[in-house]
Amino acid sequence: MRKWASLEESVIRAFFLTCGILAVLVLVGIFATLLSTAVPAFKEIHLSEFLLKKNWDPTSPEKAEYGILSMIVSTLMVTGGALLLAVPIGIGVAAYLSDVAHWRVREIVKPIVEILAGIPSVVVGFLGIVLFGPAIAKIFHIGNGLNAVNGSVLLAIMSLPTIISISEDALNAVPQAYGEASLALGASRWQTLFRVKVPAALSGIIAACMLGMGRAIGETMTVLMATGNARAFPHGFLSSVRTMTANVAIELGEVPYDTTHYYALFAIGLVLFVMTFIVNLVADVILRKYQEREQ
Amino acid sequence: MKKTIMSTITTLALLSSILLAAPAKKMIQVKGSYTMVNLVQILAEEYMTKNPGAAIAVLGGGSGTGITGLINQTCDIADHSREWKQKEIDQAWEKGVTPRFFIIAVDGLSIVVNEKNPIERLTLAQVGAIYRGEIKNWKTLGAYDKPVSLYGRQSNSGTYTFMQEFVLGNKNFSMDTKEMNGNAQIIESILQDEGAVGYVGVGYLYDQTGKIRKGLKVLNISKTPDGEAYAPTDKAAIDSGKYPISRPLYQATNGKPNADAARFIAWETGPEGQAIVEREGFFAISPAHKAQNDKNLK
Repeated sequence: MRKWASLEESVIRAFFLTCGILAVLVLVGIFATLLSTAVPAFKEIHLSEFLLKKNWDPTSPEKAEYGILSMIVSTLMVTGGALLLAVPIGIGVAAYLSDVAHWRVREIVKPIVEILAGIPSVVVGFLGIVLFGPAIAKIFHIGNGLNAVNGSVLLAIMSLPTIISISEDALNAVPQAYGEASLALGASRWQTLFRVKVPAALSGIIAACMLGMGRAIGETMTVLMATGNARAFPHGFLSSVRTMTANVAIELGEVPYDTTHYYALFAIGLVLFVMTFIVNLVADVILRKYQEREQ
Repeated sequence: MKKTIMSTITTLALLSSILLAAPAKKMIQVKGSYTMVNLVQILAEEYMTKNPGAAIAVLGGGSGTGITGLINQTCDIADHSREWKQKEIDQAWEKGVTPRFFIIAVDGLSIVVNEKNPIERLTLAQVGAIYRGEIKNWKTLGAYDKPVSLYGRQSNSGTYTFMQEFVLGNKNFSMDTKEMNGNAQIIESILQDEGAVGYVGVGYLYDQTGKIRKGLKVLNISKTPDGEAYAPTDKAAIDSGKYPISRPLYQATNGKPNADAARFIAWETGPEGQAIVEREGFFAISPAHKAQNDKNLK
């Protein structure tokens, strides 16, 4: 009998070990595949040309060009714009939910925020085309709303749930005593919230923003639908932009296998992977620091 | 948008009905050109109503995607609105695929602008200059003072390649061109943007009742500055070749099509299929095309 129990134990142990290893293997596998498919691109393209030239036109009948600078800038613009909108709103909502809202309101609003996270990106993109696009065109008096502003607004909507729910957790984790002490010293509720609680939860809030940013950088369908995908170097937030993700999604379907163009698309994927990896890593480090301090 | 949604719904309904009704049937897979996808979809539906035993699935993806699909043998028929590139033919031969081509309809590639734009006609050279980014304001062309806002297709589109070859003179598209995912999306954008110009297949100009979409203006195109300009909706001008940017719409099979596919293609290119082609706003094939098709079917 005891023998069986220990056998069962070790089988279960092995199962969970396999699961754990599998996740690592998948990540390593993706990275290796990406790297091995991306590297051949640099036989024909100089790395500096790839990263620093503005023009991307691999199917050009004149001269194929493989510069992704415009796309990197577009991705950063759309993501940055999204954060500019989402961070203040997200922290505001989180502060409201954790400190101001009546518990009944919180019970209603929190699930709604979580549902927001579940909206498929095509649906958000569709809203960008039929709702935000025309509105942006009207507000700025321009011909169309397929531009970086539209992409930023949509990505802000998509990264809000992440920012709100993690920031709220961070605010809730601030020890009760901090708030009580502040109030006892005569600070108002507003001062307590923004001078004591938010700074105390800052690392958690920063991590929330970084995770929201990771979500925004990698988003494809929404920006593909709503930003117009022009390849030109963006002149400003009101010009049409093409992000790295959108470019890969557009071109990978038709590209002939084993050509420089094909490898170059994987190289874009690799650059993107490195970018999101750094963002997630930073978020993780900050979050860890914050958890250590809590203990 | 409505049309796209409708066709998506019909595609889904069709797919599910096929899956439910005839699980054991060998399905003909058709893939490729977005310009052709609605047309071929409707042809397939009518064909299947008339031949209950038949099963055809039609997908878009763009001409390039369809051709790649045929080369990799993931579809039976490739729709394409441009000719094959030499590279693609070489690749096909390497894989033992010997494409045979059928012309199932003729398209007048249409240059469209917003209804408010006063411009009526352009020369082929002007269209080229607009899309190369050399003309930045409609004022230059004698219309109103609005910046030109370019709408085009993505590089997997046969229409993109066709425009580049025949209108842009094998030069690069302006980098400012907004690249849309299909004809319907171009039309939707043009309806909202007063500075817009776009290019679409002639079948996409019409609404459900067979009239030109409201808010859209179809430009007349001439070959030379003093030549007469013709509309892409003008059948006589297309047939005589006076409309400068008409093109055949193709289907390709790997070698001689199998019995099921051959029957479908014969029906499409026959009188019944061609009546639907005309009803959908495209143009019927010429007798010379028909003779060529019949030869390739054998």
